[in-house]
Amino acid sequence: MIQITNLTKKFGNKVAVDDVTFKVEKGEILGFLGPNGAGKTTTMNIITGYISYTSGSVTVDGMDILKNPEEAKKRIGYLPENPPLYLDMTVWDYLNFVFDLKAIKIDRNEHLQEVMQTVKILDVKNRLIKNLSKGYRQRVGLAQALLGNPEILILDEPTVGLDPKQINEIRSVIKELGRERTIILSSHILPEVSAICERVIIINNGRIVASDSPENLSNSLAGTTILNVRIEGDKDAVTNVLQSLDNVDSIEVSTYTGSIYNYRIKTKDETDIRRDMFYALAENRMPIMQLSHQNLSLEDVFLKLTTVEPSEEKISASKDSNDAGESNNEDISDSGQDAKAQDSDEGSGDNMEIQEADNQ
Amino acid sequence: MTAIFKREFKAYFTSPIGYIYLGIFLFFSGFFFSAINLMYTMTDMSPFFSNLTIILVFMLPLLTMRLFAEERRNKTDQLLLTAPVSVFGIVMGKFLSAAALFGFSLIITFVYPAVMLIYGNPLLSTVLALYCGFFLLGCSLISIGVFVSASTESQITAAIISFVILLFIQLSDWVSSLFNNATVKKIFDWLSVTNRYQEFTDGVLSLSSVMFFISFCAVFIFLTISSIEKRRWS
Repeated sequence: MIQITNLTKKFGNKVAVDDVTFKVEKGEILGFLGPNGAGKTTTMNIITGYISYTSGSVTVDGMDILKNPEEAKKRIGYLPENPPLYLDMTVWDYLNFVFDLKAIKIDRNEHLQEVMQTVKILDVKNRLIKNLSKGYRQRVGLAQALLGNPEILILDEPTVGLDPKQINEIRSVIKELGRERTIILSSHILPEVSAICERVIIINNGRIVASDSPENLSNSLAGTTILNVRIEGDKDAVTNVLQSLDNVDSIEVSTYTGSIYNYRIKTKDETDIRRDMFYALAENRMPIMQLSHQNLSLEDVFLKLTTVEPSEEKISASKDSNDAGESNNEDISDSGQDAKAQDSDEGSGDNMEIQEADNQ
Repeated sequence: MTAIFKREFKAYFTSPIGYIYLGIFLFFSGFFFSAINLMYTMTDMSPFFSNLTIILVFMLPLLTMRLFAEERRNKTDQLLLTAPVSVFGIVMGKFLSAAALFGFSLIITFVYPAVMLIYGNPLLSTVLALYCGFFLLGCSLISIGVFVSASTESQITAAIISFVILLFIQLSDWVSSLFNNATVKKIFDWLSVTNRYQEFTDGVLSLSSVMFFISFCAVFIFLTISSIEKRRWS
């Protein structure tokens, strides 16, 4: 649907997008991740034809965005980072204007009602946009992008500045839309991307550093698995039982309350020891109070990819066999300890959230 | 293009600008009409329009200042430039909306020739030529304002710069008289929008003058398009 080949964009001497190549298939929801200034917005602005590029090519449904801009733009609905709203217009007037601007050929009233229904702005239809809250403005911006039922939606940080309830609503709207449309979505909220997107492209300093599904990204970089277990019973006795299991790499113990302790078990390779552990503990009458399975979250992957300097080497190393992954494992244990420090402060809330997101 | 034209024209009346422009323009046109044509009981409208050009210099920057500067500041230009509309369509829509408001204010002043028709015998062909010339002059000045607005991000800067340019054009006769060099003089005289306009005051609707004004607008519309395109490429 969208084909981007060797795309480069320079602002003066600064290279904002550097030789980026990727493809978005029809019906795919693609997440675009990257720290601020990584080139996400620039890439989106180029795909939508707002700015041009220095070299490379961008085709939308086979139409070149520079050679055949009007045909290409017809297929795209764009919600920029700041929704492009005319503050002195009412929502209804604004959407009518966009309807005319896009020269849409379907029934006006029906279509506008339908779009307003989708993003739930019917109740503010006659209000001036300048009197709307940030959340409603964002929705009006989304409505604008949806007008004309474009096959492709490009959304630049669609949930920024919204409250958690609105974020959930917008996310479900996007997921709903993604069933029949191609969507590119940028964000720096990682659970959001892993919740909505089928594929993620991580971009840093204008270059693509990784491209895969959220699950594969965290798996390929994880290497080890960490179990957080809360077990009742004598500390030393439990530790002994745990150590007797196969494939246990290391165990850290911390006090929870009374005779209940938290254990952080690192396993060798990616073996799943949960079943073995359960039977062993049950045999010794040591009840498990809580158990959580901690994968390297997308957040950790993101940080690893975007903060370590020679990022390209990193990926190739991690994609190689375990031998080459040695240096990575050290990194992981580092970040793991950071995560643990957070854990002991706030309980395991953080991990739970990430897991939820992963499960979705 | 029509969508943009309609929005811009409406926007003049959802903000105070349209009313301020109409109020001041009509006040002065009424004032000049009564002070010149009525007081001296003459049917020649050329002094009336000559005085009104000074008002244009002050008022037209008001109409053009926000056309592009505001879009850039509010980032709404993203909507226009990513919509399936050509840059030419965007620029024309905006240019025509300002021209339409200017034309609308001129139509209201048709009252004055009507008054003269009732009480006197104005030469209708001359009046018509004057109106055409004045409208073309205004459009040329608007095209300059549109270009300036597209080159800045602040409405105030756009207003001041276009005001200075329009003033300079008004004074171009005087500027050309500063030079002794015959060629430079000739260039300034040729460029002088007001000089061209003088032909209309004689009641002559010459094709060359009409073409001059139309190409003048075309040049500035082209420059506006280039300045927007250039920003996309930089």
